[in-house]
Amino acid sequence: MLYREAGQFKASYAADQAIFPIAQDRVLMAILLVVAAVVVPLTATQYLYTAILIPSLILALAAIGLNILTGYCGQVSLGTGGFMAVGAYTAYNLFIRVPELNLLLVLLAAGAMAALVGVIFGIPSLRIKGFYLAVATLAAQFFLDWVFARVPWLYNYSPSGSVGVPDLYVFGFPVITPTQRYLFILAIVALMALVAKNLVRSSVGRAWMAIRDMDIAAEIIGIRPLQTKLSAFAVSSFYAGVSGALWAFLHLKSWEPAAFDINRSFSLLFMIIIGGLGSILGSFIGAAFILLVPIFLNQVPPALGIPLSTATISHLEFMIFGALIIFFLIVEPHGLARLWQIGKEKLRLWPFPH
Amino acid sequence: MTQQSGRKIGGPLLKVQGISLSFGGVKALSDVSFEIRQHEILAIIGPNGAGKSSMLNVINGFYHPQSGTVTYKGATRKQMQPHEAAEQGIARTFQNIALFKGMSTLDNIMSGRLLKMKVNFFLQALYWGPAQREEIAHREVVERIIDFLEIQAIRKTPVGKLPYGLQKRVELGRALAAEPDLLLLDEPMAGMNVEEKEDMCRFVLDVNEEFGTTIALIEHDMGVVMDISDRVVVLDYGRKIADGVPDEVRANKDVIDAYLGVSH
Amino acid sequence: MELQDLYFLIEVIIGGLMAGVLYSLVALGFVLIFKASGVFNFAQGAMVLFAALPVVRLIEWGVPVWAAIAAAAAIMIGLAFVIERTVLRPLVNQEGIILFMATLGVTFLLEGLAQQIWGSEVYRLDIGIPTDPLFLGEILVNGFDISVAVAAGLLVAALIAFFQTTKVGRALRAVADDHQAAQSVGIPLNHIWIIVWSIAGLVALIAGIVWGSKLGVQFAMTFVALKALPVLILGGFTSIPGAIVGGLIVGAGEKLSEVYLGPIIGGGLENWFAYMLAMVVLLFRPQGLFGEKIIERV
Ligand SMILES: Nc1ncnc2c1ncn2[C@@H]1O[C@H](COP(=O)(O)OP(=O)(O)OP(=O)(O)O)[C@@H](O)[C@H]1O
Ligand SMILES: [Mg+2]
Repeated sequence: MLYREAGQFKASYAADQAIFPIAQDRVLMAILLVVAAVVVPLTATQYLYTAILIPSLILALAAIGLNILTGYCGQVSLGTGGFMAVGAYTAYNLFIRVPELNLLLVLLAAGAMAALVGVIFGIPSLRIKGFYLAVATLAAQFFLDWVFARVPWLYNYSPSGSVGVPDLYVFGFPVITPTQRYLFILAIVALMALVAKNLVRSSVGRAWMAIRDMDIAAEIIGIRPLQTKLSAFAVSSFYAGVSGALWAFLHLKSWEPAAFDINRSFSLLFMIIIGGLGSILGSFIGAAFILLVPIFLNQVPPALGIPLSTATISHLEFMIFGALIIFFLIVEPHGLARLWQIGKEKLRLWPFPH
Repeated sequence: MTQQSGRKIGGPLLKVQGISLSFGGVKALSDVSFEIRQHEILAIIGPNGAGKSSMLNVINGFYHPQSGTVTYKGATRKQMQPHEAAEQGIARTFQNIALFKGMSTLDNIMSGRLLKMKVNFFLQALYWGPAQREEIAHREVVERIIDFLEIQAIRKTPVGKLPYGLQKRVELGRALAAEPDLLLLDEPMAGMNVEEKEDMCRFVLDVNEEFGTTIALIEHDMGVVMDISDRVVVLDYGRKIADGVPDEVRANKDVIDAYLGVSH
Repeated sequence: MELQDLYFLIEVIIGGLMAGVLYSLVALGFVLIFKASGVFNFAQGAMVLFAALPVVRLIEWGVPVWAAIAAAAAIMIGLAFVIERTVLRPLVNQEGIILFMATLGVTFLLEGLAQQIWGSEVYRLDIGIPTDPLFLGEILVNGFDISVAVAAGLLVAALIAFFQTTKVGRALRAVADDHQAAQSVGIPLNHIWIIVWSIAGLVALIAGIVWGSKLGVQFAMTFVALKALPVLILGGFTSIPGAIVGGLIVGAGEKLSEVYLGPIIGGGLENWFAYMLAMVVLLFRPQGLFGEKIIERV
């Protein structure tokens, strides 16, 4: 009986168009934010931060980006890892070459550069569709992999090919301990998630979805296909770029190009399929889910007295992800986010089943 | 035949001249010319495969004819892109519904107003001030269309889940949202029962009368055609075989032959 | 140019063409499935691994070569049944992009499963393909490559004969053109899928054996198989000759770029050369070199 919208009349279109039209959802979101920003920092352990919270937030950001391109605009990309790399290496080069630049500006530039590269690789999307485009994005992935491994200037002639950054500060505040890093990342991700949500419920978002659902019909209502697709590529890659920079600077701290290889692209795609295509919330759920499965496999079976070899764990991971992808595509293409929604609907009607 | 009042049929809004279109060996249209006049309802009829849909596709820039020209609002061009046609005020519906299946009725119709929404990307990203005001202003227009088409109850339903007849209505709504000068309807009543057909006829007539929208529609149901159209163009095997007011066309021998020669 | 340089150039091209044959073999599997079911089967590369691993492991355990290959063939046909039942049938009439993503799932499932059952190391495969080097005049050619090229040629000839002359083959071609028409041929769509996926599985098996003999059977196969994707773009998704020619172009182009361009702009070009080539082709000929241009119906 708690989750009821009875008595909540939407008096205006503004209220009806709010992100969370139902009061309970607003409350839930507020609670979630308070927990994330206050309760977590008071209680979380180092492990929780570095193994789960920080990586899932950062990857959720990239997943939101990919979801904009694939889930909302219908253009499959297998190159997200490459765009993350562009962000990471742009940030790195700015950092070592213009050390006085504010970290936020560095992140912005990382996103902007990734957006630019994304747009360039998005150009074929005008003429090709679906899986043809997937192949073009693979071109981006492999080419970018190569660039960051073979162009020495980009990795500052580091003999090992791996690069790193020292402790970071923003406006003089340290972003060093896990708590500090977590809070900084949380702020950025929350803000960017809000922006993404705004975009997808505005006319840009409707144009993206129109292209996704039926591109020819989109054209007759005046949507310019190339511009629209490229805007999705730009926004998507911007998110990937910022996420890549965060991943490198605040999660890995030192890294090499392999951190952004094709496996990263695959796992991001899996996040949005399992989390929910065309759902911002789903991007978060998917990212957390994909990160938790290996942790679960590493810890739970041994705790139950079934020790698994590392090889077995990695194979199991492959099989579980593969099976889940198929499962969700068949049963619920809108992923875990949709299941969550269905749960809520049920709750809303409870205890009357209809 | 009902004679509509309160609107005056004017000069040609659109003229197609000598249009020929073929796909590989198939000649879809050969040397077709006719005009659509301001504020009229023009019906395009003809047996299956006559080239009716192809004609609409030429008009709104989907197909590019091998020869011939399209003159619209005084400007003559050999071809244009569909989005250019939309910018020029041409809207349409499709024979096989072409809605955005994953979006709600509301969003589908809202998307019809995309060209009228001007707020820039960054304000949309913030969903603030002008962006929010614009959304609401357009929402109000869209709500009027929803009321007009009597589809209030399915506002939030994803259109993929709607029955066929309602989908056709939503598609009309999306086209209307663009406030077009020329509305192209490809078999808007196909597959509907009598009641749905009557509703659709009423919508078409109301749009024409209230907003003065020029309408070209393809329809197989002769009763409907004779009832609502001001003029009729008949195509057969890609050629125009007749063009005139309904009564004339009905009496035309070529038309009778074409219809008798083809089984339906 | 010195004669010596010319010989070297020819050797490079021949070496590239031979690698190209392998790409063609994988691409062929893609084309077969795409033609008959409209599915872009990303799992073709994983199927190569899935087929080659049992062969190499069974031989290791003392099973005769022919029996190992027969067993792997049976596995691939079984796989076709399973995929039809669990993936294709539930997703019938879904959009291409959904099916494509589903085959991504199949890819991971197969990769995990194959390695879990058969092991995940690098295995040497030797089924007695002749490997003596051959001199054609002054030019040195690898005997193994010749054998492979001949085998691949036979395979393609067999496939074409199958498609042109048998009833099933004709039905498959009909289904590629028009699903309704195929139904009237009298073969249910499901059977056609199973047949095509089986054939693609067998093609994968052959590719796996050839490839495994050359480079060892290992997980990395699945990545090399990704090279078949640009081949498809070059050749067009529906053209068998396109797959062959595309493979040869990619193979030769890759080797040439590596040998002549590599020293200038840095090694590792073969990782992306084919893709970039494909991108450029896409920009100018979206339907590929051999595909047909279609105008969408509305
Ligand atoms: N994109 C296309 N590619 C190939 N042929 C086409 C294409 N579009 C139409 N045709 C062919 O052009 C001819 C005319 O088709 P069109 O759809 O215009 O007919 P129609 O009059 O609308 O018929 P119906 O009443 O069945 O809708 C047909 O022979 C059709 O097969
Ligand atoms: Mg038609």
